[in-house]
Amino acid sequence: MPEISNKISQINFHITRYNPETDRVPYVKTYQVPARAGMTVLDGLHYIKDNLDSTLAWRYSCRMGICGSCGMLLNGRPGLACNTQILGIADTDLTVAALPNFPIIRDLVPDLWTMLDKHRSIKPYIIRADETELNDPSGEFFQSPEQLEAYLQFSYCIKCGCCMGACPTLATDLHYLGPMPLTAAQRYNSDTRDDGRRQRNSVTGAKDGVFRCHYAGECSRVCPKGVDPAKALQLLKRGLVLDYLHVGHHSEPCKKLQGPGRGQPLEGISPVPDRTV
Amino acid sequence: MNETKYWTWHMGAGAILLFLLGSHMLIMHIGGLVHWFSPYGGEAISVKNSLFRDSSLYFAVGYVLLLGIALYHGLCGLRTVLFELTLKPAVERAVTVFLWILGLGLCGLGTWAALAAHRTALLGAGG
Repeated sequence: MPEISNKISQINFHITRYNPETDRVPYVKTYQVPARAGMTVLDGLHYIKDNLDSTLAWRYSCRMGICGSCGMLLNGRPGLACNTQILGIADTDLTVAALPNFPIIRDLVPDLWTMLDKHRSIKPYIIRADETELNDPSGEFFQSPEQLEAYLQFSYCIKCGCCMGACPTLATDLHYLGPMPLTAAQRYNSDTRDDGRRQRNSVTGAKDGVFRCHYAGECSRVCPKGVDPAKALQLLKRGLVLDYLHVGHHSEPCKKLQGPGRGQPLEGISPVPDRTV
Repeated sequence: MNETKYWTWHMGAGAILLFLLGSHMLIMHIGGLVHWFSPYGGEAISVKNSLFRDSSLYFAVGYVLLLGIALYHGLCGLRTVLFELTLKPAVERAVTVFLWILGLGLCGLGTWAALAAHRTALLGAGG
């Protein structure tokens, strides 16, 4: 087993601070943090909060790259503070700032509502014509592994906003929907259980929609979950054009599972527990 | 879906431009050398060779098509660039209307010129 170095390096954290209630403009404050191998930026921020400056504000929750709360700008590149090791990106100096392209609530806390409102506008959920079945399902819908593969990687998005922070188009046009909501639209458009593509087309194909994308590809480079939003946006463009030209394949949303139980519970298998909500 | 329409036609126009503009460049630059649509030899842009091409309905239609498609493609691209300036919706509408009027006007003028050249060439060919 390789030995982990216990060497401690002094890293200067140059943190952009901003309190809209007291500061006119953001300013940079420097803190010295003793860092050793394995320490994440989030650990460094905790060290500052516990030992140097209790007023520093940031957002975090899971500490394991799942919740997407701690997205911030680390050495000029959006990333998650919890899965970025200090010594992996800094020798002596590390700049930390709130994610760009978002209003700042305080210090390193961006206001993600602009992103979440856009996300809501593309209807990020399964839409089906048979609404009764959707709300009160009587069985399973069939989906093959290949059909699952079509959208699986896009469903890994954790809504951290790193792609939105890296997007050069969003930096100049805050009305642009941005990579995260558009990737979510593609995720549901390519889901065979869904029948809401045309509803989403009116949003994704609008003035502030996917055609504003310049295909810079920064969204895919910074995504901490390995999602490829740039690809999703190109697929979304293709889908819009094919729909407009009426040359795309218009498959019906998938039907109920026609397997051994024909969508009904098999004998000997316990029924699903009653709903609690 | 409005932007989808603009974008789709923009891409389609680009693809057709590749063929039309490619043909135009080939004729202009090597047509004279290989006597391709330049039967009198010498420069492809000499008066005799130009009149020969202008007398052809194929070329008259080709010029009008090239003009219309290039105008659409170019002005649509310009519109996209201008919209990057994050204009107000009313200004965006005004820009769109202005570019349509400009494009149709230039296309009309160019069409008139191409047809006039065609007519002149035919009259010249007739003696």
